[in-house]
Amino acid sequence: MDVVINGEHKEIRGGTLLDVLAELELDPRAVVVEHNRKIVRRPALNGVTVASGDAIEVVHFVGGG
Amino acid sequence: MTTAVETIQDTPLEIGGRTFQSRLLVGTGKYRDMDTMVHAIEASGAEVVTVAVRRVNLDRSKESSVLHFLDPKRVFLLANTAGCYTAADAIRHARLAREAGFNDFIKLEVIGDEETLLPDVAGLLEAAKVLVQEGFKVLAYTNEDLVTALRLEDAGCAAVMPLASPIGSGLGLLNPFSVRTIKRRLHVPVIVDAGVGTASDACVTMEQGVDGILMNTAIAAAQDPVAMAHAMRLATIAGRSAYLAGRMPRREVAMPSSPTKGMLD
Repeated sequence: MDVVINGEHKEIRGGTLLDVLAELELDPRAVVVEHNRKIVRRPALNGVTVASGDAIEVVHFVGGG
Repeated sequence: MTTAVETIQDTPLEIGGRTFQSRLLVGTGKYRDMDTMVHAIEASGAEVVTVAVRRVNLDRSKESSVLHFLDPKRVFLLANTAGCYTAADAIRHARLAREAGFNDFIKLEVIGDEETLLPDVAGLLEAAKVLVQEGFKVLAYTNEDLVTALRLEDAGCAAVMPLASPIGSGLGLLNPFSVRTIKRRLHVPVIVDAGVGTASDACVTMEQGVDGILMNTAIAAAQDPVAMAHAMRLATIAGRSAYLAGRMPRREVAMPSSPTKGMLD
């Protein structure tokens, strides 16, 4: 299915947000996820199913001042 | 062995219920490599270290989380909202940062102008009010303007952070009078943030009596960042110590240091 992850269209297998992170090879403990502008807490990641057209943001901490 | 700087009695820096021994806070941006960053932070003696919230690079080519190199048990992570131009955007970044699970502190930046990176004070106040309401400990990056600083304190900010000069400019403390005035009038800690270029700037800033100083580029962009970090550590202590010691009054005329009596005829 087609979703928008971090502003880019991406073709993914789908499933829950936890499945999406696994597909992207991202460690759920090292990132924070926003699903359609709502933050999804880590324990809830496997309870949210992704639908076609969803917007997902995956962020982490980088160097900054 | 006791050095002179260690003999100065000082209270710890307290922000939002947390206490810190070092009055120097440092950023983690712009380092040429992570090894240099780690050593520079170590040399600075800073306990509070700022980080930014950004999208994960999905192709994982190089950029990785700064947390691979920083131990959150050894440093206090202060997330920022750098690069945000609206209150809504800053609030969104702050919420994401808190969800990372380290603390509820946020260095709030709402930028109003691309060339100078000066703050948008209306957006800043708006975001500060919302975030304080949501339980954040807000450290607000602002102009060296007393009235804005007072409003930020009224809004419930845990600290107010007036700039020394624009972010990354290295111009040093341009308006010591305004920074002193803000420090004199506020009850929450005043941390000068941005604009320091070299150690003397840090020292002069701390001599104004502010509670702390935050810097990034002055260390990261130095020829030798680790050596500059050490210099900044000493300068921060020197400036603070000089402030606590209380400087002599300024005079427009000379006054001899040696006795005027007992001279040979």
